[in-house]
Parts: sequence; C-alpha cells; structure tokens
Amino acid sequence: MEPLDVELEEGELELPAEPMHLNMGPSHPAMHGTVRTVVELSGETVVKADVQIGYLHRGFEKMCERGTWAQVFPYVDRLNYVSPMLNNVGWALAVEKMCGIAVPERGQWYRMALGELARIADHLTCTGAIAMELGAFTPFLWWVKAREMIWDVLEEETGARLTHAFGRIGGMASPPTPGFKGLCRATLEKVEQILVEGEKLLLRNRIFIDRLENVGPISAADAIALGWTGPCLRACGVAYDVRKSHPYLKYDEVDFEVPVGTNGDTLDRFLVRLGEIRQSKRIIEQTLDRMPDEGPVSCDDPRVMLPAKSDVYSTIEGTIQHFKLVMEGAKVPAGECYSYTEGGNGELGFYMVSDGSGTPYRVRIRPPCFQIVGGLSKLVEGRLLSDIVPTFGSLNMIGGECDH
Amino acid sequence: MATATFPKKPADHINAKPVEYAPHDLEVKSYLPEIFRGVGVSMKHFFENTREIVRGKLPDPVLDRYDDGITTISYPEQKRPYPERFRGVHRLTTRTDGSMRCVACLCCSTACPAQCIYIEAGEYPPGDKRRGYEKYPVKFVVDELRCIFCGYCVEACPCDAIRMDTGMHAVPYDSRDQFIYDRDLLLSFEGRDGSHVTANARHEPGDPTHPGLTREHSH
Ligand code: SF4
Ligand code: SF4
Repeated sequence: MEPLDVELEEGELELPAEPMHLNMGPSHPAMHGTVRTVVELSGETVVKADVQIGYLHRGFEKMCERGTWAQVFPYVDRLNYVSPMLNNVGWALAVEKMCGIAVPERGQWYRMALGELARIADHLTCTGAIAMELGAFTPFLWWVKAREMIWDVLEEETGARLTHAFGRIGGMASPPTPGFKGLCRATLEKVEQILVEGEKLLLRNRIFIDRLENVGPISAADAIALGWTGPCLRACGVAYDVRKSHPYLKYDEVDFEVPVGTNGDTLDRFLVRLGEIRQSKRIIEQTLDRMPDEGPVSCDDPRVMLPAKSDVYSTIEGTIQHFKLVMEGAKVPAGECYSYTEGGNGELGFYMVSDGSGTPYRVRIRPPCFQIVGGLSKLVEGRLLSDIVPTFGSLNMIGGECDH
Repeated sequence: MATATFPKKPADHINAKPVEYAPHDLEVKSYLPEIFRGVGVSMKHFFENTREIVRGKLPDPVLDRYDDGITTISYPEQKRPYPERFRGVHRLTTRTDGSMRCVACLCCSTACPAQCIYIEAGEYPPGDKRRGYEKYPVKFVVDELRCIFCGYCVEACPCDAIRMDTGMHAVPYDSRDQFIYDRDLLLSFEGRDGSHVTANARHEPGDPTHPGLTREHSH
C-alpha cells in the first residue's frame, strides 16, 4: 500500500471543494448589535460577505408621525443607544431650525458638555469592545468602568442613565445641577487616567497591532463614495467633522483638533476614536470654563416652551398655554428642513417635513452607520474570517440607528 | 427674539492632527518588553487591590468612587443613592387634607408617549364641596411595564398631582398584572422625603387654606 504521507505538489490532489456558507449572526457574540452576515468561505478566506441588517427595525420614522414633535425625544434616545444625548441634541437642533429659534448661551454650552460626555462614552464602548473581541478583556472592563462614571454624571443631570429624554424643543428639561461642573471635572480626570492605563496595555502590543493594522483598509475616495462620515471617514485621512465644517452650538468658539488617520484601516479607526476622546475632554473643559452659572438654559418662546410651573398653578394664561402645548403639541411652521450634527459615528441628519401642525408630517433620519455598514462587505472580502471581527467592531454599527 | 443661525460658517482652520502610531522598532516587534509592561500594569492593580483587602481598608464604593482599588458595590446589600433627579416609580400626590390632587384633566395621559396611563374621570358626589368645581379620577392606572420613565407625565401635569420622586425603581414581579399600578397604590407612595405634599401652592377646596369659594358662592 502507498504510504499516506506522500508528499504532493500543491494542486495535485484537488478535492472537489465548494465555498462554504456560514451565518455570522444575527446573534453572535462578536457581532455586537443584531446583524446577520452570510459569508461565503473558501478555506478561511471570505469570498463574499452579505451583510443583512434590519433585525432591530422598529419603524422609528413612522412612529414619529404619531405623536407631537416633543414626543420624539424618547425615540431618538433609542437610535444610537450608546450616546443618546447626542441624538437628543441633534433632534432638538433640527426642530429649532424649523421654528427658527435659538437657545440661550448657557443652554448651548450645557448641550455641548452633555453631548461630548456622551461621545466619550460612545468611543470608550466601541474601542473597548474591539479590544475585548480580540481577547484583551482587561481594557474593556476598565473602559466600561470609565463609561459608567460618565453615565453617573448623565444620570445626575438627566434622571436616567441611558434613556435621558432630556432635550426639549427650545432648550433642556432642566438647568445644570449645582455640582455639575465639579463632578464633570473630577470624572474627566479619572476617565483619562483609566484611558491611559488601558492604552498602555494595547497600543504597543504587537499582537493587537497585527490584528488591526492593514485589516479592512478603505481609500478615502471609496469611503466618500459610500457616504461615510465620522471617525471612520477621518481614519481615511479626510478631516471632515460637522463640528468644524458646519459648526453648530458653540463649536466654532472652542479650540480642538480633528484626529485623522492615513490608511483607513482598522488600526486607524481605533486610534482616531481614542484621539477623539481626548479632544472631547478638551472641549468639555473649555465648555465648563465658559458656561455661565446663572441664566436660563431654555428660550422663553411661548410657542414651544411650557410656561413656568408657578404660572401654570396660579394664572389662567399659564394654564391655557400649558394645556395648548400639552394637548396639541408645539406647532412647527410648515416647511421642510435638513439638519445635521456630529453624532458618535458621524453625521447624524434629520430631514423633516411639517404641515404646520403639532405632529411631524414626515421624519427621515440619516443615521451615520447605515452608510458605514454598507461598506462592510467591501472591507472584508478577500480577507480572513477572523478579520471580520475587528473590522466590524471598528465600524461601530449600532442596530438601533442603522435599522431606521 | 434671537433666531437660529445654524449651521454657522466653517472654521477657517480645520486643525487636523494625524494619529500617532506605535513605532515598528525592535522593541515593539520582539513583543517581550511589552509582555512585562502589560503584566506590570495588571499586577500593579492586583497588588493594590489585595493590599486593601488584607488591610481591610476597602474604599467606600459610593463615596470614594474615584479611588483606585475595588469599588464594586455589593448590590443589593449596598446601594448607590439615586440622584436627586432620578425618575422612579410614579406616585399621586395629595392635598394637606389627604384628598387626591389629581383633577383628571388627562394632560399626563396625552403627553405620555407610551400611552400607558389610563384615566376615567368622575364627578364628586352631590354635597361634596368640590362638585362642579373639579373632577377626580375614578380610575387612574399606570402600566409600569409599558412606561419608559421619560417623565413627560410629570412635566405635563398642571396640578403637580403626579410625580416620579419616590426614589424607587420598577420592582420585578412574577406576573404582569402586578405591574398595573392603580390609583390607590399610586396614592399610597411617599416622596423620597417621606411626605405626600407637593409644591403646588394653589389653594383648592378641601385645603384648610382655601377661602371657601365655590361655584354657588362666587357671585
Ligand atoms: S414616565 Fe413617560 S411613559 Fe411613563 S407614564 Fe409618564 S409619560 Fe408615560
Ligand atoms: S395627574 Fe395631573 S395631568 Fe394627570 S390627570 Fe391628574 S391632574 Fe391631570
């Protein structure tokens, strides 16, 4: 009999092989969020990846047409549920743009501070999750601990850790608590310390770098063609940040940098996010320095703002205005507008049509990760199966916002 | 009135800063120094934590939250106090004489995005001082399973009759109907300060401070 371990030239013994189909998801430990990727494998190489979204579809846009403009805030909380405050601010700015109202100085600074806190939480979660999926559990636990501290601050301010429902058309639900600035500063200090410690474990770790470097690269031209925005686009070297290119609130008055990458690979996306955490910290520090301690956070436009409670209790005008606003909702002038802000993952846009009533006629959201996930199959085709995990993690798909 | 100027004109200088990569030098490539550095960081924490356990000087997980070391809270024996603004389970407030403040105006159930408040309004019985002056809820039900704890009902109430300052989070039960809180249960909850009274300064019939004005006597 012939010995089995006969040395064959490559290609001499061709077993009939068909590409194997494999389901990753919709519930897969490495695919955070519910998304299904059907991969066609040849050996361990991905021949084709078919990304299927929609497992978290809740009919957000249709739901908005059901209530008043203000009742949309709880819904936007649940879009990007890692940084709900940024969505709150985005929606509030969108409706205010329709109505043509501006929020007082203090409210604008307050919104910026809370929004940037949420951005830090978002990036900590995303970068921590990338590390965890590659086996580095410790940085994830430490960074989630830091995120918890940020949520504590947000809970202190808004009354809920995640589902804040804190934005209002024309301002915020309540002014900053007296201890806000101190708590914020102490937390940021600690968060940076934890961040640095986690970085010490990762950034010069060759195994970690090898898993990220040159994995899932994309050229700037391709990224722009796909409609990418946010950290993923900046990782390709395009310095497009809504906060810089189309400033809103007070972003034109604070000093911060836009971290950009060069290759658009997973390592770049990881490092850009870490850089943005530091910039957000810088923004918050400047914001806290410049936010006045006195003054209103909400405008006093009676068309959209509920009157002061003391007026409602004791004057008929206040009561009537209160009832009109609660029963019919704030009336937004007829028309349409597109308003966009920098969300955790990129440009978060709301396109809305009003027929002049208290209920949105049509709301359309442009979630940043819808476009980004559209590019996933391009990034992973031709690469190893194990590369899907860090690549997908670095895109930071958030099901709640993607499946609109 | 100020109008929105949004978006503003782009910044003159984008101020882009390239990210810094770890050098591809021998130190990183050989991986050995990094092992020790990484283990060093982890060990530093390990010894800090064990030292505290051995000395029996664990930081208070609530007060020294920003300290190094173990700050795990042994829930439910230990609890982090909820912040002032925490939105907990609802309660219905009462007037100083113990009667309910709610006038069944349906503002809260209209403002509720989850549509989880059900109210049936009723007239006070003949002879009651408040008959013809205001109504009251015969039924007032909050479905705490549907509720998303957004606080809109509190904001919408023109009488300060519903509040979420009980400081209690939704309690787990073993059947769904236990989550349906009815009027009397909601009335029995106290605020965090242990009181039932509210900030509403309006003197209603039934309040000892009310001047006694009723529909019949008012003209
Ligand atoms: S907290 Fe929100 S969801 Fe719950 S009852 Fe009040 S308005 Fe409805
Ligand atoms: S709780 Fe307040 S808003 Fe709701 S019905 Fe009673 S008085 Fe009206």
